[in-house]
Amino acid sequence: MPRYTLQVDGRAEQVDADADMPLLYALRDNLGLHNPHFGCGLAQCGACTVHLDGEPTRSCVTPMGAVGTRQVTTLAGLGTEEKPHPVQAAYVEEAVPQCGYCINGWIMTAAAFLKKTPKPTDAEIREAMTGLKCRCGTHMAILRAIKRAAAMG
Amino acid sequence: MNTQDFSLSRRTLLQTTGALVIAFNAGGVGTALAQAAGAVKPPLHPTEMDSWIAIAPDGSVTIFFGKIDGGQGTDVAIAQIVAEEMDISVSRINVIMGDTALTCNQGGASGSTGVAQGGAALRQAGAEARRMLVERAAIAWGVAPERLSVNDGVITIAGDPRSMTCAALIGGKYFNDKIAWNNQYGNALGLTAKAKPKTPDQYRVVGTSAPRADVRGKVFAYRPYVTDIKVEGMLHGRMIRPENASSVPVAVDEASIRHIPGAQVVHKNDFLGVVAPKEWDAIRAARDLKVTWSAPVDVFPGDAGIYDHLRASTVTKRQVTTDKGAVEAAFAGAARIVEAEYEWPYQSHASMAGGCAIADVRGDRATVWTGTQKPHYAAEGAAAILKLPLENVHGIWVQGPGSYGRNDAGDALMDACVLSQTLGRPVRVQYMRHEGTGWDPKGPPSVHKARAALDAAGNMIALEFTSRGMSRNDTDTNESEPKDTLAGQLLGMTGERLVNFGSPEGAYEFPVARIAWETVPTLLAKASPLRTTHLRDPIGPQVHFGSESFMDEVAEAAGVDPIEFRLKFITRPRDVAALKAVAEKAGWKPGPAGTRRGRRGDIVTGQGVAYASRGGTIVAMIAEVEVNMRTGQVYARKFTVAQDCGLVINPGTMRTVIEGNVVQGLSRTLHEEVKFDRRGVKSVDWLTYPILDITEAPETVDIVLLDHPEIPPTGAGEATIRILAAAVSNAVFEATGKRIRRGPLTPERVRGALA
Ligand code: FES
Ligand code: FES
Repeated sequence: MPRYTLQVDGRAEQVDADADMPLLYALRDNLGLHNPHFGCGLAQCGACTVHLDGEPTRSCVTPMGAVGTRQVTTLAGLGTEEKPHPVQAAYVEEAVPQCGYCINGWIMTAAAFLKKTPKPTDAEIREAMTGLKCRCGTHMAILRAIKRAAAMG
Repeated sequence: MNTQDFSLSRRTLLQTTGALVIAFNAGGVGTALAQAAGAVKPPLHPTEMDSWIAIAPDGSVTIFFGKIDGGQGTDVAIAQIVAEEMDISVSRINVIMGDTALTCNQGGASGSTGVAQGGAALRQAGAEARRMLVERAAIAWGVAPERLSVNDGVITIAGDPRSMTCAALIGGKYFNDKIAWNNQYGNALGLTAKAKPKTPDQYRVVGTSAPRADVRGKVFAYRPYVTDIKVEGMLHGRMIRPENASSVPVAVDEASIRHIPGAQVVHKNDFLGVVAPKEWDAIRAARDLKVTWSAPVDVFPGDAGIYDHLRASTVTKRQVTTDKGAVEAAFAGAARIVEAEYEWPYQSHASMAGGCAIADVRGDRATVWTGTQKPHYAAEGAAAILKLPLENVHGIWVQGPGSYGRNDAGDALMDACVLSQTLGRPVRVQYMRHEGTGWDPKGPPSVHKARAALDAAGNMIALEFTSRGMSRNDTDTNESEPKDTLAGQLLGMTGERLVNFGSPEGAYEFPVARIAWETVPTLLAKASPLRTTHLRDPIGPQVHFGSESFMDEVAEAAGVDPIEFRLKFITRPRDVAALKAVAEKAGWKPGPAGTRRGRRGDIVTGQGVAYASRGGTIVAMIAEVEVNMRTGQVYARKFTVAQDCGLVINPGTMRTVIEGNVVQGLSRTLHEEVKFDRRGVKSVDWLTYPILDITEAPETVDIVLLDHPEIPPTGAGEATIRILAAAVSNAVFEATGKRIRRGPLTPERVRGALA
């Protein structure tokens, strides 16, 4: 079984895993992280989203063998209560999450999107977020929060 | 890190933030108690004040709430209610929820009763706690209690410089005092204080938008979900489900997973699961296990055939809920009869993830972690399937992927129990996506037959409305009996099933009407992927899709404005006010059908209204839609909602709850239908069971909260969703002139109607 060195939220972590095991299980099971979440395992929902070198990536379908030396950033690594990412700060302000199980997909995707498109229109935000799922239906608050985060700069 | 450490460090961290805290208690009883060592807590019982409220030496107050909150803010409302009665700041209050060792069974999250019933009990407990504190201070000082007042936990005497904090008085000690209760566990649990709770004109905390306690932990990823719970020595479990619903395993080739480290099969009767120490290995084992299944049988009519099946089936139960006046005579003498029939499909909870639970069964004791809405009942179910006394089972609720009724959380718990007891190890079960959509208990399908008699002047002189569907709780929602779960049924446990449906709710006073519901037999009695149960606002959306669409159809036939038509049959002032408020806010242009229609190229627009009540809560809604005449695509641009649920505890959370109802309701209206053929369910992921995408979210949800502080709160979790399908469908009619009587309103279906 190969050994991988993963760069997760600024730390180097050793993981023994088969090359075809999805990154999600390395993060959750091997490293015991409480995020991201398993939602579908099919790249259809976003609950497992992390950044790989800043790109939102669905870890449930990213094999360990394909991660390489890229930096893995999880929601916990994006920002903290003391130093929140603007999208996290906006999420708190708008009290977005209901169950919050979908949160990794939306926040990680929005954070990367706002970096590329700092002053988006409503239509651009919707287009960038398309495909992500939120079963509780917090979409209205999500849209408000992303606009608020954009305004924070 | 084990869960106990996690729980402790989490609590410490949260408490230092000074915010309202939800304690997770993932580690068990001890961690949650702030009380002094040595003192013995009175037994957990509704009559013990200490079962409800504890005051710590630092003056913080812990509430033990026997329901749960999954992110809708019920816990904040409870904290506000108790803060109000105790005269303490809401920021000093912690709410512990859903731990069976720490909270009395108040029924879990159920039927929008969180504030209406759960809050009512805690209001009494809060008032009584204040009374007891004041009484003790009065005795200590030797003054009359009437002279004392409490301000953020500090007790003072009128015209006397002395003061005392509640913390100094009782902090870290137990009340050791009693409160009266009504001898009913569950939603109905009621308490009666000797103290008189405050009157609404005295409220300062109730009615404000106090912040929710769970948001930060979710946003900064430190609040554990049930999926995150780890127990020393835990195995990961996965269940094996047949492709064809009727099939049972006849042979299992254990050698087929021998190559997977530590993988094991658990096969008992028709119950079949695998476990492995590593999660990915459990998933592989489930994927690779070779199973010979019994030959499939055609057990379902298929999704296209379900409505004819409902119409043709024998009725198992019929209940007439309204029977007023001479119905037959009115129809016989009618100048005109309007008739229509509406159809609603099976829908899935399709929670963000499939059910997950952890069971740690050791000898004659068990601890279970569950995301269910009803942890106390689920613990009873666990005890039953494990054949253990209830007092030996500790149930701990931890936030799960959202649930909207009786989803698959309870099934996952039973599976985990069986696996753990069989193997003698703690087991975590996580359902895969195909189980989350394919095997959860479903919202029932139905047909609704309506007819109205009109006189020569176009007045509706009689109404008949009959709903027919699968039972709304064939799978009982309490999860307290194994017979209501997949594991129980696969192990051969059977028992009586509940048979219920329901009728529209509202303040309509029809002079002559017969309103009834009927149920038909379930399709497959054992371990069916089409089991029916409560899905948010059980039967509400389907029944009102029928009844409120039909009100529009009759208004149209009578040539009357649909709001004006409804108001002919409503006299209750609050209901009238809700309809008028929504019309005003939405800029409703009065007039018969066609008045609110617009067109720009391929896009036609229209407004539609719907109204109902739910357990005392009144809701009226206007939907504004755009329909693409070429593609059949419906875009619901704007919703205006007027809601009256009596006293509003927290307007901020109320608004987000209404928004969530609107979006989820729109999803169910436009997209959701469980697909199945004659042998099994074919909706197994987000492609085969699509939900609303953010590109389809409305632009605006305008909310009018009709606050009635003088009227006790009646619950807001589900009222809005019941009328959304009708409002949208009425708007689609207004825009297109075509009536769509089968949900969901997919582009294909709308195109078909326009063709
Ligand atoms: S869990 Fe990865 S996209 Fe759903
Ligand atoms: S908040 Fe529950 S799924 Fe998004």
